[in-house]
Amino acid sequence: MRTQPIDQAAAALPAETRAAVYGGSKVQHEKGRKLLFDHYGDPNRLRKLAGEIKRHVVENLDTLLPAVEARLMANGATVHWAATAEAACEAVHSILKARGATKLVKSKTMVSEEIGLADYLEKRGIEALETDLGEFIVQLDHDQPSHIIAPIRHKNRRQIAELFERNGLGAYDDEPAVITKRARQFLRHKYLGADAGLTGANFVVAESGRIVVVTNEGNSRFCLAATRCHIALVGIEKILPRDRDLALFLNLLARSATAQQLSVYNEFILGPRAPGQPDGPEETHVVLVDNGRTEVLASECRDILRCIRCGACLNVCPVYRQAGGHAYRSVYPGPVGAVLSPLLLGKRFPEKADLPKASSLCGACNEVCPVNIPIPDLLLRLRDRAHVEGVPSPGTPPMGMWALLATRPAAWRAALAGGRILNLLPTRLIPIPALRAWQLKRDLPPWRGGKFRKWLKMRRKQQGRGQSRPQ
Amino acid sequence: MANDRETIMAKVRGALAPLKGRARMPDYDGGIELARKRANAADPMAEFAERLGAVNGEVVADPAALAATLRTRGWTRGYCDPALWPRIGPHFGADFTVETRFDRSRVDDYQFGITRGAGAIAETGTIILNDATTSSRLGALASWAHVAVISRGSLYSDLSEAVAALGQDPNVVWCTGPSKTADVEGILIEGVHGPGAQIALFVD
Repeated sequence: MRTQPIDQAAAALPAETRAAVYGGSKVQHEKGRKLLFDHYGDPNRLRKLAGEIKRHVVENLDTLLPAVEARLMANGATVHWAATAEAACEAVHSILKARGATKLVKSKTMVSEEIGLADYLEKRGIEALETDLGEFIVQLDHDQPSHIIAPIRHKNRRQIAELFERNGLGAYDDEPAVITKRARQFLRHKYLGADAGLTGANFVVAESGRIVVVTNEGNSRFCLAATRCHIALVGIEKILPRDRDLALFLNLLARSATAQQLSVYNEFILGPRAPGQPDGPEETHVVLVDNGRTEVLASECRDILRCIRCGACLNVCPVYRQAGGHAYRSVYPGPVGAVLSPLLLGKRFPEKADLPKASSLCGACNEVCPVNIPIPDLLLRLRDRAHVEGVPSPGTPPMGMWALLATRPAAWRAALAGGRILNLLPTRLIPIPALRAWQLKRDLPPWRGGKFRKWLKMRRKQQGRGQSRPQ
Repeated sequence: MANDRETIMAKVRGALAPLKGRARMPDYDGGIELARKRANAADPMAEFAERLGAVNGEVVADPAALAATLRTRGWTRGYCDPALWPRIGPHFGADFTVETRFDRSRVDDYQFGITRGAGAIAETGTIILNDATTSSRLGALASWAHVAVISRGSLYSDLSEAVAALGQDPNVVWCTGPSKTADVEGILIEGVHGPGAQIALFVD
């Protein structure tokens, strides 16, 4: 039987990788949840509030974006707009060219993955080096990240030690402390020799123009201490209305992303370094990137633009745990990716229209989401869209007969009653092969089709009597 | 790029035009994110020390204790903010080599860096640095150990208070414990790019 692409990817996943992905995701999810519930009596209230704030942002981008732009400029930053991935890469390239820069150090930004920035710059003779440990390893191995927060969840220490040995970063040693120390030694000289530093932004505040960058390793801080030019790549949905909202969001982000009370480095940037400060950028550039976000905004799935990229929905997802991030064939994997990745393709939506089907709709992703995105609803909307647009769906079990019955009440009732024949039929003689195979391995309870309808009818009758009884 | 701005804004306006209403900004009490259990909230200094300890940082009592701590770990070469050195230097012995100018070409020579902190946050054990008070961003970042010298009066109780105090400094960074990663098999390793040790010294 043919299966869906994500099932094929999951089946092809080496057992070692599956164990790493499953174990890592489970541990991360459980730690984060414990931290949230240990600290807060009612964490749901927090995530619902954060969700309302981000919903306000998404639905008011027409006024918030110009407000952000004005504040950024008043603070001394240069603002660039990029409608497409190509335009965003060009914007970064022209900033670098204007400074004669040939060496860029990058801290982790999902937008740069999305627009393929490192490859774009490397092809034009500019070294674009990843500095987040996981991203550095991914880049060295010409691999792809498999998780928004933990890019090398799919790799183990032995693979990394071999990679380092092959790349002249020291003889084989798979001790994580040694791996980290070698990256530290190599990268600090790269920061100091670089002409510019590129970061993403976790938030940009409309009232102050503050760019907020969150890391644990301190790599974005090093980019901003060692180089003379800062470029921030910012998706147009990254806005928060006010500074005071940061307390809530930084709390939720650290807990949801890495099970910490607060991430190690939270950097708040208004613009170039202060006069008298010897280190840090003399130029601050902000590139506001659309690359499909306005299409998402125009769709019925605009709630996905609330996402703060914490990765909690990946960790909790039973499909992600089995399939790993690469199975989603996208920069954004997991439940958020199953919504966002096909939408960001715009007219090429059919290429990834299978991803919204890679979900059991169990709802866990919604329950852990720090901005309360109704991911299961959005997945259903995208399944519907694929159906309406007639996107072929290889590997989906045939549902034609079921659809025929489910849309005709009389046929449905007849089928429910007729199903009783299954109770009398020896398993070997069941005419539907899939059902026969199922029955050979399992004992189903006896067919009771129609019982529920009878019960419901009776209950309504009784309730009707109850209401008419005088008090 | 001016064109891109118009393209994007037109698409944003077009996307939002069909909405019947816009979600309003919820009005919320700033205290909501603080509605949690805090063991030491009554004593901010104790709470700060406990929270910083929880992320493997430490508080030292005075400059003499700082010198003793650094010596015990074998960290005797370092950088110090020139404005702080006259006050701290007398407590350091002749076995220390301390420079008051951070030379980036010898980044690996510094085992510790001592700079002023702009403040601290009790509920998280966070040290606040900014451009106005940090003599050198690299001096506070690139050495293995960072010592922040913080005035007792600038200890904030919680994140909300610290956010309210962000002000107009072009660069504020909150540091909560040593730089760390769990990228390799989820195992916690400290000292990735920034300090592997974070020390706080409060002064009057």
